[in-house]
Amino acid sequence: MWELFWTFMKIGFVSFGGGYAMIPVIEHEVSIHQWMNEAQFVKAIAIAGMSPGPIAINTATYIGYSILDIWGAIVATLGMLIPSLLIMILIASLLYKVFHHDIVKSVFYGLRPVITALIIFAALIMATNSTLYSSFSWDLIVNLFIFIMALYLLIRHHKHPLLIIVLSGLVGMAFFG
Amino acid sequence: MKVEQHQKGTRLVIDILFSFLKISPTTFGGGYAMIPAIEKEIVDNRKWLNETEMSDVLSISGSAPGGIGINAATFIGYRLHGIKGSIAAVVGMSLPTFLIVFILGLFFSFFSDNEKVNAAFKGIQIAIIALVSYAGYKMAKTSIYDKSTFLTLIITLFLLIYLKVPPMIVIVAGGFAGILIMKVKTQLGYFKNVTNDQKSKEQYKYTDYYMGDGI
Repeated sequence: MWELFWTFMKIGFVSFGGGYAMIPVIEHEVSIHQWMNEAQFVKAIAIAGMSPGPIAINTATYIGYSILDIWGAIVATLGMLIPSLLIMILIASLLYKVFHHDIVKSVFYGLRPVITALIIFAALIMATNSTLYSSFSWDLIVNLFIFIMALYLLIRHHKHPLLIIVLSGLVGMAFFG
Repeated sequence: MKVEQHQKGTRLVIDILFSFLKISPTTFGGGYAMIPAIEKEIVDNRKWLNETEMSDVLSISGSAPGGIGINAATFIGYRLHGIKGSIAAVVGMSLPTFLIVFILGLFFSFFSDNEKVNAAFKGIQIAIIALVSYAGYKMAKTSIYDKSTFLTLIITLFLLIYLKVPPMIVIVAGGFAGILIMKVKTQLGYFKNVTNDQKSKEQYKYTDYYMGDGI
């Protein structure tokens, strides 16, 4: 349990950008500790994305829950929350002015492309672990269809991610069920 | 007098808690989806902060580690009533979503052998790849705007894919790389690109409101 708390606290401290940027970071930790296999991890992200609230924290809650039930969920969520809480209180009380400083700007100058790379990396890992990266099959066609539809709806119509998740679930049910 | 003040404080803490309890369950998608909801409650309904203070809060919350929603809640809570206020805000913000994830987890573990549910997750898996790709594309549009940011992107991808450097180390290194690059650039006499900062943030706030990917 301590291990779980400590791991998510570490993740909390580096979770710049939040959301999908944190997927590879969480994935890395989860696979090192062998807490989940790939399919379970995908399920975790799917459930996190279906719930309201930050994806990264929801993912932590679900992973904690699946390892150690309710206590795991509480511990993982707290681990994720405490760094934000500490840092924000520190900023609010002391560093309010410092935050506009040049050093901080330089740090973000380097951080932003790194976060971008992490998100791209997350997409690549997930794609290679799915049927998108397999030989020709019926599954591949359905998956390509879902992938292209989802991107089209996001880019062209700015649809909400929740809608995309629900729709793809229905398509999955229709074709794979 | 003292008792009265104490009561007022407790009242405020409870108000903060309830405000954020109300905001939290409506924030599907996390991150930037929460901003309009927070603004409406804090600025319009409660009048705890004005518009300018709010935009300050958001720009700081967006750059600190952690979700922007949670960070903004902490910050607003702290400004209103110190540490107690910030804890009330974070509890309010996290409790409903915690319960919802928990219940969904229970629900799906109950159906884990159901063929239809597993088929749905197979579809969702692909949609999530698309969502993450889209987040990457959005993020690239605001973060890659010159040669050094592009180079940083390529080097980071190389480190992650071929050298299997742990993501956490890459993030910390990215911060230091930023300082180093800016130092070198200043020495050579370029300043230009740092200001992209503010602009991209403004854009982000409203157009990409639902992706938790902007920093």
